[in-house]
Amino acid sequence: MKNIMTVVAQNRIADKIHEMVLEGEITGSMKTPGQFVHVRINDTTEHVLRRPISIADIDQENSRFTIVYRAEGEGTKKLSKLGPGDTLDILSPLGRGYPLEQNAHVLIVGGGIGVPPLYELSKQLNIMGVRTTHVLGFNSKKDVFYEDKFGALGDTHIATADGSHGMEGYVTDVIRTLDADFDCFYACGPKMMLKVLSETMDLEGYISLEERMGCGFGVCYACVCETAEGDWIKLCTEGPVFRKGEIIL
Amino acid sequence: MNREALKISLPGLELKNPVMPASGCFSFGEEFSKLYDLSELGAIMVKAATHEPRIGNRTPRVAETSSGMLNAIGLQNPGVDHILDHELKFLEQYDVPIIANVAGSEIDDYTIVADKISKAPNVKAIELNISCPNVKEGGIQFGTDPETARRLTSRVKEVSDVPVYVKLSPNVTSIVDMALSVGDIADGLTMINTLVGMRLDGNGQPILSNVTGGLSGPAIKPVSLNMIYQVRQHLPHIPIIGMGGIATADDILDYISVGADAVAIGTMNFTDPMICPALIEALDEKLGEMGVGHLHDLKGRAYK
Ligand SMILES: Cc1cc2nc3c(=O)[nH]c(=O)nc-3n(C[C@H](O)[C@H](O)[C@H](O)COP(=O)(O)OP(=O)(O)OC[C@H]3O[C@@H](n4cnc5c(N)ncnc54)[C@H](O)[C@@H]3O)c2cc1C
Ligand SMILES: Cc1cc2nc3c(=O)[nH]c(=O)nc-3n(C[C@H](O)[C@H](O)[C@H](O)COP(=O)(O)O)c2cc1C
Ligand code: FES
Repeated sequence: MKNIMTVVAQNRIADKIHEMVLEGEITGSMKTPGQFVHVRINDTTEHVLRRPISIADIDQENSRFTIVYRAEGEGTKKLSKLGPGDTLDILSPLGRGYPLEQNAHVLIVGGGIGVPPLYELSKQLNIMGVRTTHVLGFNSKKDVFYEDKFGALGDTHIATADGSHGMEGYVTDVIRTLDADFDCFYACGPKMMLKVLSETMDLEGYISLEERMGCGFGVCYACVCETAEGDWIKLCTEGPVFRKGEIIL
Repeated sequence: MNREALKISLPGLELKNPVMPASGCFSFGEEFSKLYDLSELGAIMVKAATHEPRIGNRTPRVAETSSGMLNAIGLQNPGVDHILDHELKFLEQYDVPIIANVAGSEIDDYTIVADKISKAPNVKAIELNISCPNVKEGGIQFGTDPETARRLTSRVKEVSDVPVYVKLSPNVTSIVDMALSVGDIADGLTMINTLVGMRLDGNGQPILSNVTGGLSGPAIKPVSLNMIYQVRQHLPHIPIIGMGGIATADDILDYISVGADAVAIGTMNFTDPMICPALIEALDEKLGEMGVGHLHDLKGRAYK
């Protein structure tokens, strides 16, 4: 579970958004899209909490995987300074990812920094022969990333809140214009987006949630969420992906 | 490896080494058992048990601070009966003494839990949690009022089949007064629990849903060292398990130097899940390098 990985590449791909490719043995155990890694910022005790970041792309052949993150707070800003040859201490793979079902056509909906795990998901669904349509929402043109990568996997629509790229509005505005039959949807993004999707989409769906974490592997009880049945379960081990309606948003 | 240098004997506890995970930072061990053999540990201080199951506080429950963290978990646990039947049962397969952390809101809660849990075959001591800052009803009062703490400790002693260690809160005016109030009843002390703190986000809003939380991690080590140093001068013989920010073998030596008998590792289990076995190894090597025959040869050296 704990592993030292080597940074192979790091690039800024949108405003404050960085893509980091890591190489190491533990990649072999990464299978399910939607799982995450828990990254230690440095080997001092300055940052005692790790940062949970989704696995965006897995390249088993080269023992490499990719994370995409927003350098916003203290820890992620430090991560963004690393370059090839630097090492990173990660716990991985953590959590339960998206179930891969043999459907004909699915809708994949991402919002902002919730987009990354959906890339590996779409890749794997495409390998299974599932047709994917992607709707990705961002605040503004400067925030958009991975449009081409998703485009290579299926129809891809972009929404920006300020209308500077793609359609003006939210992902739900785009979805309303789509004329297709979907078997289910998969989503990751801001809680409000997940809530609206869960309430308005007349489809089975899977959503990925976020919560602040202490440990990332089920021991501290920091990351609990409430199920529809009233149980409090740990998001880091029972999630971060849940079936629509399973968790109270 | 011969670890004679690390063996420690305390009331109820024959420790292979002085290193144990602190309560609330290890759950009930199952997750860590997938990473290493729990029998390597000196002991395990398991997560707090209450009479009834507890849900705890709303999220966010943790926030990072400079070299530390705040938590407001609120003692979420499945209740003492479930813990006896499942969590403690699971731990029976390991050759490691369990220290059961007992919490509650009223004296009766504590005595019910202590009575039941002290009868589990692997529970070798109770850690009386009179000091959790995240429980509103009653909890904290036991840890800040010497008279109440004394009364609670003696009631728990009456029902417990195993030695009782009282976990002291640093959130008091005089740690010495608190230690003295329970010092002649308790079999030992564990110190310290977390310090009350808060953190704001960029918009000036508290991050934790509970507003305040308990500060732990390397940031609190100086506070804890000083408190143990003071208590040790007034109670030269009482067993003390020290904790607060331990991250290295040198940190352990600091705790032993101010007079702790053994130590517990809390927050750093999150930062590095392998820290406990790593520190046992590192401590052994360190003593070898220093040519010290037994860890306790260094005990209390801060006073000399
Ligand atoms: C399962 C999961 C997957 C995630 N995947 C990604 C991803 O692929 N890309 C990405 O950019 N972000 C992702 N996040 C959010 C990411 O963890 C936070 O943005 C990041 O931890 C913030 O760290 P910082 O150092 O920038 O902020 P700081 O403010 O310096 O962090 C302080 C503390 O707050 C926590 N924290 C702050 N914001 C969040 C948040 N939104 N969610 C959880 N913890 C937070 C940090 O982990 C840290 O413990 C994910 C979160 C979860 C729970
Ligand atoms: C997430 C978390 C949960 C905790 N839960 C408990 C608890 O249930 N009972 C208790 O006595 N102490 C609890 N503590 C306090 C620790 O046992 C320990 O006293 C404190 O964290 C100081 O040690 P550290 O700096 O090494 O973490 C908790 C601490 C943390 C960080
Ligand atoms: S982050 Fe510790 S239990 Fe989920």
